[in-house]
Amino acid sequence: MADLAARRTEPLEDDFERDLHTEHQILNMGPSHPATHGTVKFLIELDGETIVDLDIQVGYLHRGFEKECEAGSWYQAIPYTDRLNYNSAILANVGFCLAVEKLLDLETPERCQWLRVMAGELSRLGDHLTRCGAACLELQAMTPFLYGIEARELTWDLMEVLCGARVTSNYVRIGGVKHEMPATFPALCRSSVAKIRGLLHDFDEIVTSNRIFVDRLKGTGVISREECLRYAVTGPILRSAGVGLDVRKDEPYLVYDQVDFDVPIGEVGDNYDRYLVCTEEMLQSLRIVEQCLARLEKLGPGPVNSFDPRVRWPAKGRVFNHMEELIQQFKSVTEGPRVPAGEAYTAIESANGELGFYLVSDGSAVPVKVRCRPPSFINLAPMPGMLRGAMLADLIPTFDFINMVGGECDR
Amino acid sequence: MESFGSAALRLLAERLPAALRATHAQHGDATALIDPELVLEVLGLLRDAPELSFEMLTDLTCVDYQGEEPRFEVVYHLYSVAKNHRVRVKARVGGDAPELPSAVALYASANWMEREVWDLYGVRFRGHPDLRRILLYDGFEGHPLRKDYPKERRQPLVGPRN
Repeated sequence: MADLAARRTEPLEDDFERDLHTEHQILNMGPSHPATHGTVKFLIELDGETIVDLDIQVGYLHRGFEKECEAGSWYQAIPYTDRLNYNSAILANVGFCLAVEKLLDLETPERCQWLRVMAGELSRLGDHLTRCGAACLELQAMTPFLYGIEARELTWDLMEVLCGARVTSNYVRIGGVKHEMPATFPALCRSSVAKIRGLLHDFDEIVTSNRIFVDRLKGTGVISREECLRYAVTGPILRSAGVGLDVRKDEPYLVYDQVDFDVPIGEVGDNYDRYLVCTEEMLQSLRIVEQCLARLEKLGPGPVNSFDPRVRWPAKGRVFNHMEELIQQFKSVTEGPRVPAGEAYTAIESANGELGFYLVSDGSAVPVKVRCRPPSFINLAPMPGMLRGAMLADLIPTFDFINMVGGECDR
Repeated sequence: MESFGSAALRLLAERLPAALRATHAQHGDATALIDPELVLEVLGLLRDAPELSFEMLTDLTCVDYQGEEPRFEVVYHLYSVAKNHRVRVKARVGGDAPELPSAVALYASANWMEREVWDLYGVRFRGHPDLRRILLYDGFEGHPLRKDYPKERRQPLVGPRN
């Protein structure tokens, strides 16, 4: 009998070392890595599996956005803004056009503003769905990713009906939008919104209280309120740290002051809070889309473009019969609008935070300066501080919920 | 909108009249053009004065006014979360090696944005802890957002850095 007790394996001691200290080694991760969505390179100094230091190298998608914009007309910059953030092209279109309109002192028709808000919220929804879906995928969960992508497909299908393109929409114009929404759009949009609600519900059921998901997210990638402010971090990251800053509420642009929606705020500032903030914002975006549809139907038919001759082409009938309009049309096509000399900065709330455009004009048809304040770039800067002392595996969800979008970060 | 601009600009005019070169509030954006050597004093005052409390350096960029001297205008956009107002501060630098003090000690967000301005415009920030190129690579020649850098110029791509 005594032998049995001697043969029994004792359980491992509870306090066995979590960290296996080793000689420090440098790990290259990226620029193209299967567990990150975004072209970026990390140089990680590791002690065992603990991150000692981290250097982030961005710029792999730099294509001279500002240089290209400063070489063409004001209109020619709009398609480039599409390519900043492939998930929410409309938001960048709106940001740029609002800045030009500020320089022009131009007021857009009410119907156009509601259309911009509606299209923008659909874009934001697509962006958040990508962020949450891809985060699941990179944490080895394929099914919720497919739910997210199915919902994103619905938003992109709506984009296609609205403006003819799924991703690079190029829908917004200086002083208006490309065209009125098709007559079939409201009914289609309502049914898609209902479907997206269902998918978000499924997503929530499978993910939000999933043990593995929660363990990977809770308490990782923590950033404090003060650090956020020092690094000028905005958007869901700042809100997850307990600051209720949202440009849509604090400096309402377009018709956001007439829309009813809430701004979710986290407490801890970890990845789990960021996830919760994003899922709640998606529901709020759906609410805004429904309000926009109702308002657009109530407003009835009306202009969606400013009649300001500086930015609009004259009516075709007059172009064919009057010399002045013919000249104006010719100048509009060959040269584009002339914007009064001056400078202006506008900020909008994009899916990642404050998307700003700082424009300088010398009064000609070519911009002197088109600066995009990219939230992806600025939000990525504090990442080393969020990860020092954390495990290597924590890098993946942290990077996912920072949601760096290469096109916008590297410009 | 009117109130924020005048408050920030008034305080600057009262406390640091030596730094202030010009002000305007075009399109409602309060703007101060300041002495480049006094950037840190101005930003420090705007950040720490309790009635202003600009906690965030939202944006930092540069504009090239080729043909003028000083040629470059470094532009700071500040935002206050507590007061919900904004101000724009600009400083002109020129010469062969344009340079002004780094704001990293005051605002951590200046770190990457100053690196970007150095990378694309070639304006140096004195006292920056790590002034490397950020969007382009070491070995890239010139600063492409300067107006005299030709848009069509091609440079060889290099492999990843280690």
